[in-house]
Amino acid sequence: MADGNVLTAPGIPAAVAPPRTGRLHRLARRRSTLAFLMTLPLLAVIGGLVAYPFFYAIYLSMLNKRMTRFVGLDNFAFLLTRETFQYVVWQSVIFAVSAVIAKALIGFILAHVLHTLPAKGQRKWRGMLLVPWVIPPAISTLAWWWLFDPTYSAINWMLMGIGAPPVAWLGEPGWARFAVILVNVWYGAPFFMIMYLAALKSVPDQLYEAAAIDGATGWQKLRYVTVPMMRNIIAITVLFSLIVTFANFDIVRILTNGGPQDRTHIFGTYAFQVGIQSGDIPLGSAVSLFMFPILAVFAVFVLRGVTRRSKEMAG
Amino acid sequence: MADISGMTRRDVLRAGAAGIAASTLAAPAVHGQAAGGRLALGFWDHWVGEPANAAMRAIVNDWAQKNRVEVTLDFITSVGNKNLLTIAAEAQARQGHDVLSFPTWHVHEHQRLLEPMDDVMGRLIQKYGPVNQASEYLAKIGNTWRAVPQTAGTQYKGSAARIDLLKQHAGIDVQAMYPAENRLGPGAENWNWDTFLVAAQKCKEAGYPFALPAGTFSDATDWIGAMFRSFGADLVDERGNITIRNNDKVRQALDYAKRLFQHIPSEMFAADDATNNRALIAGRTALIFNPPSAWAVAKRDAPEVARNVWHFPSPAGPVSHTTPHLPYLYGVWTFSRNKSAAKALIEHLSQIEQVQKLVDASVGYDIPAFASMFDDIDTWRKVEPPLGTVYNYPLRPHHKAVPNIAYAPAPAEIAVQMYTQGIQAKMIARMVQNNEPMERVLAWAEQEVEGFKRG
Repeated sequence: MADGNVLTAPGIPAAVAPPRTGRLHRLARRRSTLAFLMTLPLLAVIGGLVAYPFFYAIYLSMLNKRMTRFVGLDNFAFLLTRETFQYVVWQSVIFAVSAVIAKALIGFILAHVLHTLPAKGQRKWRGMLLVPWVIPPAISTLAWWWLFDPTYSAINWMLMGIGAPPVAWLGEPGWARFAVILVNVWYGAPFFMIMYLAALKSVPDQLYEAAAIDGATGWQKLRYVTVPMMRNIIAITVLFSLIVTFANFDIVRILTNGGPQDRTHIFGTYAFQVGIQSGDIPLGSAVSLFMFPILAVFAVFVLRGVTRRSKEMAG
Repeated sequence: MADISGMTRRDVLRAGAAGIAASTLAAPAVHGQAAGGRLALGFWDHWVGEPANAAMRAIVNDWAQKNRVEVTLDFITSVGNKNLLTIAAEAQARQGHDVLSFPTWHVHEHQRLLEPMDDVMGRLIQKYGPVNQASEYLAKIGNTWRAVPQTAGTQYKGSAARIDLLKQHAGIDVQAMYPAENRLGPGAENWNWDTFLVAAQKCKEAGYPFALPAGTFSDATDWIGAMFRSFGADLVDERGNITIRNNDKVRQALDYAKRLFQHIPSEMFAADDATNNRALIAGRTALIFNPPSAWAVAKRDAPEVARNVWHFPSPAGPVSHTTPHLPYLYGVWTFSRNKSAAKALIEHLSQIEQVQKLVDASVGYDIPAFASMFDDIDTWRKVEPPLGTVYNYPLRPHHKAVPNIAYAPAPAEIAVQMYTQGIQAKMIARMVQNNEPMERVLAWAEQEVEGFKRG
């Protein structure tokens, strides 16, 4: 049946078999057809809300500002000559890479700490640590904004309580960058934690027992057992998070609006400013698509590595 | 795809626009008896909230019933730039509301999709006289009016200052300078940026620094734009020529800004449009540039503060006396299916009877484009406390000041980019925060603005 043959009732001679049904009927009874039909709503959603806007954005990015003329890759070439856009590229890379590294490290540590806790306490902590990831980021970022608020920063209030000078968290370029990365890490670390915890739980205890018999230290167990067994999930999580972090919008938009002096703009916020607020939709599309080829190549390499390792482990 | 589903790209865009339109807040007013056709309106969701929206709804409902037009009225918020997204989606889909409230720059952006309004404006100008130059700059493109300046949402951003603090710490009696009458008082002739600088210094020393934002939000862009203009420091002239590097006036404005920002808290470089309001309401500042919205909240939350707030024009510069202005404009899409009703409604909303109701409901926040109406509308005279606090909020002839759109008179397609990217504020930030030399700041600005000239 797995090959998609037509279903017939066993033991019924062909002579008394039901009359031959139409091609459409046979097609409908194939498993692959059924599967296709069942995935059709999802395909429609992806087609309508992902594929279509993506190709439309590519089309828009190749038009002139008034959207009356095809200009090829001129918008992309123009962007590369702009100092502000060069900052945006640089800041997006700093933002995404440092946030993903921090999230991965924190998630890794938290997952290990949770893994060592007894099951009862673990559930409680797991739930609490997931809270930042569960709250809609627009709302939690607003709470962070209040903490960093230029005039009424609660963090500054505490700093002044211990005699330290207040910090212009969102007013100084360096601190503003730190603030947006911090909030992104706070929001995203639980995702890494839960993924790594799931991966840790799937590592067979026998491997650790064998390593212990061989006299492996804790560090050696981590390096030669845990990390190799988690490598695939680490790669996929980092890839996923990197793409999402590069595409971030809400945190920067709410906290700094790209300022001060454009020093916290990332692709999403700059694209919005150029495309929607300044009325240059083609250039905004070009900004938003700029990282796509690089991330696509990165994704291909990561996923190839994952596939290769999966085959090795299966073999 | 078109063969399978029967949907074209345009259909999908239309569906998207309809979705956005449907998701906007409140679509309450629907009337039967549609002999006059149907009309879909997308008006700005007023900061003042329900009282202002209710007044608009009542006016529209009344008109709809009398004219047998079936009206759908959406109030679209500008929070998160939702109104801009709606405008962009409808422009792409060529479908949506018949009439929309367009913020400052978006009439120019969509001029090819906006119905000429010369007939309406012709009649209004004949009846009420000319509109201010800033509104004309935004709504009249070439020789054609593409939009009608509206009252709801249109604002000035002059000084909103503490009477007591300025008197005590800077020796300035703002009530005497700008009494609630059609005359200037003693000291008004000296209300310029030099006086302002001294006052900023004294108020900072007294612990009440002026809360002047310098980020990329509109409150910052608007007051800095007015200040530059009052120095004659245009970055781009009306023909689109960049006038930055060899412009002494730009240098003077920047030099002044650098001195001024020695007395402004550094966190103001991160301020948004609410930061200055909160500073006034909390009693932590002696002056902000804002419409009376901050005062209105203070009236509710901090009455002691509200009782001491007075509104008057921003300071004069060496070249001109400008005050920040931010109009909203009614536009009718060319793809509207009921243009005659749309125009009739806009003309109705622009009559002084309706304008008076809108100004009343917004407690004086809303400003009509026709200055001839100011003396006939008594709201600004009556609002209190203190009595007359907003009398000088609309620019009156005796102020000898002009409304200003930041980055005008540059061609709008360049100006809008300078505006949204806050070029002047960034120039100041580079000089104040980074201590960059003037030449480097000017070179950076010139390079940025050159990029905005692409067609």
